[in-house]
Amino acid sequence: MGSISEFFQHLMNGLTLGGIYALIALGYTMVYGILKFINFAHGDILMVGSYIGLFTFNAIRGQQMGIWTIVAFFIAMIAGMLFSAVLGVLIERIAYKPLRRATRLAPLLSAIGVSFILSNTAAWAWGTKSRKLDYPFDNTPFTIGGVAITPHQILILVVVIIMMVSLKLFVDRSRIGKAMRATSLDQDTAKLMGIKADQIIAITFAIGSALAATAGFLIALEIKVYPSMGMMTGLKAFVAAVVGGIGNISGAMLGGILLGLLETFGVALLGIPYGMRDTIAFVALIIILLIKPEGLLGKVEKEKV
Amino acid sequence: MSELLTIDSIHVSYGNIKALKDVSMHVDQGDIVCLIGANGAGKSTLLKAIVGLEPLVEGNISLDGEVIATTQMSGSSRHIKLFRRSGAAGTSSLRTDQIAGLGVALVPEGRRVFADMSVEENLDMGAFLVRDEQLIAKKKEEMYDFFPILGSRRKQKTRSLSGGEQQMMAIARALMSSPRLLLLDEPGLGLAPLIVADIFDKIRIINQEENVTVFLVEQNARMALKASNHGYVMENGRIVLSDKSEKLLADEKVRAAYLGE
Repeated sequence: MGSISEFFQHLMNGLTLGGIYALIALGYTMVYGILKFINFAHGDILMVGSYIGLFTFNAIRGQQMGIWTIVAFFIAMIAGMLFSAVLGVLIERIAYKPLRRATRLAPLLSAIGVSFILSNTAAWAWGTKSRKLDYPFDNTPFTIGGVAITPHQILILVVVIIMMVSLKLFVDRSRIGKAMRATSLDQDTAKLMGIKADQIIAITFAIGSALAATAGFLIALEIKVYPSMGMMTGLKAFVAAVVGGIGNISGAMLGGILLGLLETFGVALLGIPYGMRDTIAFVALIIILLIKPEGLLGKVEKEKV
Repeated sequence: MSELLTIDSIHVSYGNIKALKDVSMHVDQGDIVCLIGANGAGKSTLLKAIVGLEPLVEGNISLDGEVIATTQMSGSSRHIKLFRRSGAAGTSSLRTDQIAGLGVALVPEGRRVFADMSVEENLDMGAFLVRDEQLIAKKKEEMYDFFPILGSRRKQKTRSLSGGEQQMMAIARALMSSPRLLLLDEPGLGLAPLIVADIFDKIRIINQEENVTVFLVEQNARMALKASNHGYVMENGRIVLSDKSEKLLADEKVRAAYLGE
């Protein structure tokens, strides 16, 4: 295998992994942008979305693999997204909103509590054994110029690109998207414009949770579905959001993709043992926090009084 | 003239500190009224109370006879009430966004522009409650005519604007909703005298030609009293004087304390 094709192989693997991190990181960063708080239950919302997707897919897929299984896969993905969106909004209402005027530590602890409640409930209701989500298509890799690409990777890239472009268009162009940005820049002034802050917060949780569910369902094909699946992935996506600049949507996308590339190339080129792969993210986090604490695209923010 | 804004013996506290003590005043329909006072007298707190950003400890605030803020603090209650629909009943305080919906626009102290958004996007936010795209486009053109500097900067990030330009943008943003009552918090703060004069000219035009009722709060007492018909003077959270602006301009105590004479 030539070194060029090897490079592109790692690039492809890194981009798909990074795309997943980016999708999850968006939820952390959007919520932080508006509420200045880290939703530590985000990874568990991803897990619940994956389960709902899995159940839906198994219920409607039928016997034969074909076009219908692919359609069923997307229907299941949307079901998981919708369920997670509603779950995210409910969690905000029940566990975070009543604490909005409390100290900043209170909602954070509440989020950690919600995280445990979700993963334990999932373990109790659906068991701790991981469940296999079957590929809706033949996942035999094909080779382009010496680079082996799986249909699964294509699926991830296409979905991630569609999600990111639509989110960016929504936030930049739409009336509600602009109101989201205004609310994240200055909540009181946004209210003066007639913007309902609670509604914007709910929409933010819905979108972030749906994106996490999508990411969870996409990786479930490879890593299976289990109650603690959101833990490490969620944590690393959080690192990606911080590295990119927490609160910044483009930063979350950049941070996610960078982290995916870093992990892939770190193992492949720098000879970091595969078992140490998960530490790469946290070493990157420490380095970024030391050199540029506000993150790559973040802005230095004055602490609000 | 009928009263558009009525403030009826309100008290506002920050913890143990009483910021407003038994403040009563009113602004008539179509009038231009100012409130002058030193830094920390409680002027900004009064404006925040009017738009529902500070809860009242006592008293009522009414707009056109309807109570918009009262002491039953539903909008800022600390009780945990899930799925509560606040502000629906007549006796409770309205939320800030609901008060905005009634036609009250505040140009906040320090301008508070959405710095990362363009001038045009800021104006779009000012028209958030206006759902008619054509009307929004028409209002924006009006604003670019009224403040030509904004027209030439419409695609620029607001953070790149000078202080005076940002102040004009904050006023234009407030006007996008065609408010009945325009509240201005220190529109002249930190700006060069020529720009302050320009901004006060604009405020008079808004009042006279657009028929917008104006209530402005200023430390620059001379500009504010010259621009207004009626004035209130606030000291330590209390209204200590109220008269026609021209009388206050001639008043011995006002001249000594606020006009540096």
